[in-house]
Order: sequence, then C-alpha cells, then structure tokens
Amino acid sequence: MIDLNFVTVLYVGAIGLLVIGAVGLVMCNNVFRMVLALVLAEAGVNLLLILAGYRGDAAAPILGFGPEGAQMVDPVPQVLVLTAIVIGVGVQALAVAVLVRVFHAYGTLDMRELKAHFEFELAAEKTTEPPRSTEEPAGGRPLSPVPPRPHPGEARS
Amino acid sequence: MRNLAAILFTGGLGFLLLVIASQLDFGHPPMVVGQEILDVAGDQVGAANIVTSVLLAYRGIDTLGELSILFAAATAAGLVLGHRHGDAPSDPEGGFILRAGADLLFPLLLVVGFYIILHGHLTPGGGFQGGVILAAAFFVGVLGRPAKGLNHDVISVIEGLAGAAFIGIGLWALFLEGEFLKPMLDKGTLGDLISAGTLPLLSLALGLKVGSELAGLMTSLSDTEAREP
Repeated sequence: MIDLNFVTVLYVGAIGLLVIGAVGLVMCNNVFRMVLALVLAEAGVNLLLILAGYRGDAAAPILGFGPEGAQMVDPVPQVLVLTAIVIGVGVQALAVAVLVRVFHAYGTLDMRELKAHFEFELAAEKTTEPPRSTEEPAGGRPLSPVPPRPHPGEARS
Repeated sequence: MRNLAAILFTGGLGFLLLVIASQLDFGHPPMVVGQEILDVAGDQVGAANIVTSVLLAYRGIDTLGELSILFAAATAAGLVLGHRHGDAPSDPEGGFILRAGADLLFPLLLVVGFYIILHGHLTPGGGFQGGVILAAAFFVGVLGRPAKGLNHDVISVIEGLAGAAFIGIGLWALFLEGEFLKPMLDKGTLGDLISAGTLPLLSLALGLKVGSELAGLMTSLSDTEAREP
C-alpha cells in the first residue's frame, strides 16, 4: 500500500506533470498550447529520470565535495537529463519556428481551423469539393465553413 | 469521444507509472553502471565532477551526437524562418531600463558563463550550462536593441570552429590512443583548475558551440518579420 510520504509526493509530482502534459497534448486545440504541454511532459520525464538515480543520504557526484567516504548519487541519469534538457530546447525552438510560419500563413493556431484550411487547400489542388461530414457534429459547436483565401505564398515574395 | 479516450489513456498511463514506481525500492537504484563509474572515474578521468566525466569521457560520442541534433534543430529553425528582407521593419527599441540593464548584464553574464564552462570538471556546471548563459548574455543585448541584431556570420564561424575543435580533439585521441574522444594529457591534481587532461578543452568547445547555436536560434526567432496585417 502506498503511504503518503515524501517519496510518494515526489513520484506523484513527476508522474502528474507527465500526465498533465499528455492530457494537454491530446485535448488542446491551440497548437502553441500543445507545445507547452510537450514542455510539461518533458519536465515530468526528466524528474522521473532524476528520481531513478536518487540514493538516500548521498552527496552530489563530485569528488571531494561531500563528507569523506559518503555515498554519491548515480551520475548516469543526471547526464541523461542534462542532454535531454538541451535536446528539448532544440525541439521546442524548432516547433515554435514552425508555428511562427504557420501563423504567418494562416493567421490562426487553432487546430480545427488549420485542419479545415489544409483540407480546403488540398481539395483545391485536386479540384474536388472539400470533404464534408454527412453526420451531425458529435460534440462542440460546428465550425463555420472556411472562406476561400489567396494562396499564402503570393501575398509576400 | 476524443476527450474521453484522452482521459482514459492518460489515466492509464499515470496509473501504470505509479504502479511501477511503487514497486521500486526508492533510494536504492538497481543500476550497477553508476556505482562502477563512481568507483573508477576519479582515477580514470581525473575530473572531480563525475557528471562531466560521464558526459565528456564515457559518453563523449553521445555528446557529439547531441551537438549534431542541436545543430540540425538550429539549422532547420533558421531554414523555416528564413532571412528577413532588408527593408522589413524591426521591433522598436527597448526602454531605457532594458537597454541599460542589458549593457550592465552583458559583461557579468559573460564572466559567469566562461567561469561555469571552465570549471565544468570541478563544480556543478559545464559546457551546456555555461553555453546557455553565454547565449543569454548576447540575447539580452538583442532584446534591448532589436534593430542591431547579432552578426550571423560571426556566430556561424564560432559555431563551426567550436564543433571542429570538439571533433578534432576526438580525432587526436583516436590517432594517439586508439579511441575516439579518449581523455588524454596529464590528469594533474584532482580538483585543480588545470587538470583532467583534455576535458576542460572539450568543455570549452562544447560551451562555445552550444552558446553560439542557441544565440543564433534565439536571434533568428526574434528576427522574424512581423505578420502582415
């Protein structure tokens, strides 16, 4: 049985961050919020990794830093997290760069509107009708049809 | 439907992870690699900070791979964002406090960044952390005066030289010792600034590379032209 102590709080915090990030990733409609949810999930994963190397009553893994002969925590998860943080920054920067371009091109970051734009443009390329659902929307309010707009590349050159 | 599936999925994920975590013996990690490294790293590498030993000596080639990932991300971001046109309007200059603060912080951040990079084998810190501080030092100036910007050519030269230095040190070790990125040179006294052989050099190359990479990334993000109304 899990007793509510310090360890449980640590694990629940790390896993909670991960779960919050996953929920945000699936349920958010704004793409920027999805990126933020990804950041949260990443923080949760990093915390879990650090916790995996924790050792009770141990010093930081630096020789001559802690008391003589003291045990030290496992350095390998710390290195992994160090690299994961930097990779995370790179991924986030790239995602934000793509978002900037998407916002320039479509003027929105809403996932549903973007999807409608994409479908509309695809249909225009194929010279077919944009796809329409034959059923009533199951939840949420239906979106207004996307108005035709000039190709995003033409306005700026 | 989608929300229900999402909640079910993430709830299951959280439950699974919690169950695994509750089975673990907290505080007694089952990994033997870490203990082994803790026992031998002081003699083998000669760096007081074992995290840096693992990062630059035992997992040196992974660090090189990660540098290439960062490089790919920075290049892709620059490619996606594109160059700004010469006559494109830039953001207005920051207020007096921001500009004065940027001027004041720049030398301090530079000193702290290089301190953290050069003491990476002794104290918590190292190439990645110090590099990010260096990038911040340059980016604060860009925030204060967006029109001035940063010279992307200089950044690319620093970035390329630092990356080449990292690989060059690795190749040097390959020719002399037969192993890529093997720590070389005199290990010195544990805890001295000049010790641990090539680790401080690798740390410096790593820091400059990460710093120039991130500075270029952030300036190309802030340089992006505003959306046409």
